[in-house]
Amino acid sequence: MNRILKHRLFWPVVVLVALLLLNLVFTDGFFRIQMKEGHLYGSLIDIFRFGAPLILVATGMTLVIATSGIDLSVGSVVAIAGALACMQISDLSDQNSVTGVLSAVGIALVLSVVLGLWNGFLVAGIGIQPIIATLILMVAGRGLAQLITDGQITTVQSSSYKLIGGGYWLTLPFGIIIVAVVLALTAFLTRRLALGLLIESVGGNAEASRLAGISARGVLIMVYAFCGLCAGIAGLMISSNVSSADGNNAGLWIELDAILAVVIGGTPLSGGRFSLSGTVLGALIIQTLTTTIYSIGVPPETTLLFKALVVTIVCLIQSPAFRSKVFHRRRRPVAASAAPEEKVRVSA
Amino acid sequence: MRGIACLRHDRAGGALPTVSGRHGNTGEGHRMAAPAPILRMSGIGKQFPGVKALDRVDFRLLPGEVHALMGENGAGKSTLIKVLTGVHDIDAGEIELEGRRVAFSSPLAAQQAGISTVYQEVNLCANLSVAENIFIGREPRRFGRIQWKTMRRRAVEILSRLDLDLDVSAPLASYSLAIQQMVAIARAVDIDAKVLILDEPTSSLDADEVAQLFRVMRRLKEQGIAILFVSHFLDQIYEISDRMTILRNGALVGEYRTSELSQVELVGKMIGRELADLEKLEARPSALEAAPLVEAEQLGRSGAIEPFTLTIHEGEVVGLAGLLGSGRTEIARLLFGADHAGTGSLKIGGEQVNLRTPRSAVSRNLAFCSENRRAEGLIPDLTVRENIILALQAVRGWTRPIPRRKQDELVDKYITALNIRPANPEQLVRNLSGGNQQKVLLARWLILEPRLLILDEPTRGIDVGAKAEIQRLVAELSDGGMAVLFISAELEEVLRLSHKVGVLRDRRLVAELDNDEGLTTDALTETIASGARS
Repeated sequence: MNRILKHRLFWPVVVLVALLLLNLVFTDGFFRIQMKEGHLYGSLIDIFRFGAPLILVATGMTLVIATSGIDLSVGSVVAIAGALACMQISDLSDQNSVTGVLSAVGIALVLSVVLGLWNGFLVAGIGIQPIIATLILMVAGRGLAQLITDGQITTVQSSSYKLIGGGYWLTLPFGIIIVAVVLALTAFLTRRLALGLLIESVGGNAEASRLAGISARGVLIMVYAFCGLCAGIAGLMISSNVSSADGNNAGLWIELDAILAVVIGGTPLSGGRFSLSGTVLGALIIQTLTTTIYSIGVPPETTLLFKALVVTIVCLIQSPAFRSKVFHRRRRPVAASAAPEEKVRVSA
Repeated sequence: MRGIACLRHDRAGGALPTVSGRHGNTGEGHRMAAPAPILRMSGIGKQFPGVKALDRVDFRLLPGEVHALMGENGAGKSTLIKVLTGVHDIDAGEIELEGRRVAFSSPLAAQQAGISTVYQEVNLCANLSVAENIFIGREPRRFGRIQWKTMRRRAVEILSRLDLDLDVSAPLASYSLAIQQMVAIARAVDIDAKVLILDEPTSSLDADEVAQLFRVMRRLKEQGIAILFVSHFLDQIYEISDRMTILRNGALVGEYRTSELSQVELVGKMIGRELADLEKLEARPSALEAAPLVEAEQLGRSGAIEPFTLTIHEGEVVGLAGLLGSGRTEIARLLFGADHAGTGSLKIGGEQVNLRTPRSAVSRNLAFCSENRRAEGLIPDLTVRENIILALQAVRGWTRPIPRRKQDELVDKYITALNIRPANPEQLVRNLSGGNQQKVLLARWLILEPRLLILDEPTRGIDVGAKAEIQRLVAELSDGGMAVLFISAELEEVLRLSHKVGVLRDRRLVAELDNDEGLTTDALTETIASGARS
């Protein structure tokens, strides 16, 4: 029991379960999953489906934060990737052409990696603090996305492109499958191969890592490039789902949700140890919260406040320092009241 | 008003009898008139996950004495200090300050009650100014506004009492580690202290600075301040301390007057063996006809080290002697590629190389244990196992992970061989004592089986037992054909281990002396002092 309580994912799981139970009470058929036309439908599936882009972005963010960095530009990369792909597809003579869509997707992802490399170069090559280095692309990237789409919302009619964010495969939404593949790949690279150890080492002490023969610079650049790639895939998913690219609003504030997901998942902002499963839980908590707000009918003008409150509580519960303070204070009166009881028992 | 929130004064249930106080001053001469202890710790117990750090330890401090706390690494010295200063809670026992029972919930509470500490490694903010560092947390204020002028003026006053003349507006980082240490002491002294704890204050000071510190300590002693002093330099202990308490494996061995305990007895009680292993090392054979491994030709870097020429042969131990800041570490960093050389050339194994990063040095089988374990050695949040395999993994690259079985095998082997305690590979390295951290760092490089091992102050801040183990290890490695560059402030150690000694002075390699019978520490000291070329 004690071991379960002390597990670092214990509290995120508790919060997620609590949110789901809230829905059980307030929402009819929340846990019902149906099969319609060979596709799975249900609120739980929706949480995964709509949460997919956030999980992707947060996965890349986890690795960046583990190196004691941060990437604020992911929202802009989301917008750029979607914009570039949609522009390419809208130029195609046949928008449903699989090769045309594939090349558009490929070009968008390559650009995402390049943008990630740019961040990595600023951080590791030049030595700018990550928050400043990525702030540059966060601001400039929105402009770049609008430049690509010419300030318009570009719409496409491509069933092939629609598959990424809105389609189904093997009864599941395609986005969930993409997320599963990316997560499996990330887990393989970091935990099966030794990339995770090197990332945690660089995040724990960059100079000591360099003196141990680790190419700290190489690790950093790779991690930022990977984060860019994850954001790019998320961007494709978001724009594909609505078959359009909105340079202004696509992925707006997703960097903050992603950072939050990482922190809720137990990876400290100071770097070092990271937890991929924690991040997935964190992202699911945020998505479930959003769904819950709609399903239990919180008035629209108070949704942001409600979300902020829940997030604050989650973060406090997650903090060992806060927990020990609260439980420490509570324990004393309990111990004091236990003492008289014992006396009674002795006298009886 | 001070400390009400965090400092709990509990009346002890019954007045505890004081052992030697109160009835002691009955005219047996002032030497024997022991005043009431200012601090009394009794039956202290502290448990960490998997480690019993302190077990029923008693400790007392008299006003106006310098009291040495002695013990090997992991004996519980640091834990006892942390328990006393409110860094850790105690699991058992009680602490009395001036006869009142106290329990400090934080270092600040301890400080407000008059217990000031200077820790082993400088714990100041290097990016703040000297004055800010002295007054941090208790800045002179008026109407809530910090009075910068007053602060600077008082900082100058405080430092001048330690005979230090510094620019108090300059960032602390612009001064050497030794000066930073003195600033930490100045800060501790200025706080209205009844008890001053100095945890390894001398490990980064040179002889003059140590003498300066001792002057200050004697002055504080005259004012009735009790000083708890931790140092691994036995000579310093015997020079400055009045009494000592010895710990071993978290338990109390005893309390002694320094004048009544010989150094041999002391070492015996610390390591629990009667003989001092230090003497057992045989004299090093000096005749060597091995191939040259490292040949530095006029290698230099402006502002760090003047161009030097140095050859290290296979199986040879080359010692570097010199004062703090004389360029010892700078030579090591150039040979390892940690800094770029500005001038000269370097050959390794006869091949001309240009080391741009430590990585290229590691791939050529060079290894470097930095003197600064915390900043340049260990990854505190990783486990012992991960820290040990780190360099090997770096050489293999991240695409070729070391199989877990192989990792466990290697790690277990070196935990046993180097006697790393606690012998738990999954323990976080931050929880280990200084000496054991040093061994973890050594293990990291030894599993690479390097051709050249650069050891920068490998025995600093660690106890006699571990010191002897590391010295013996260096001798064995060199017998096995490994070349070692051995840097140490302790000349005896350099002499005992080296085949040849390079002497540094003012960032210049001034002499290269063969270690034959003629070479003594006195001769070395003289070369360091005069800078004569031999």
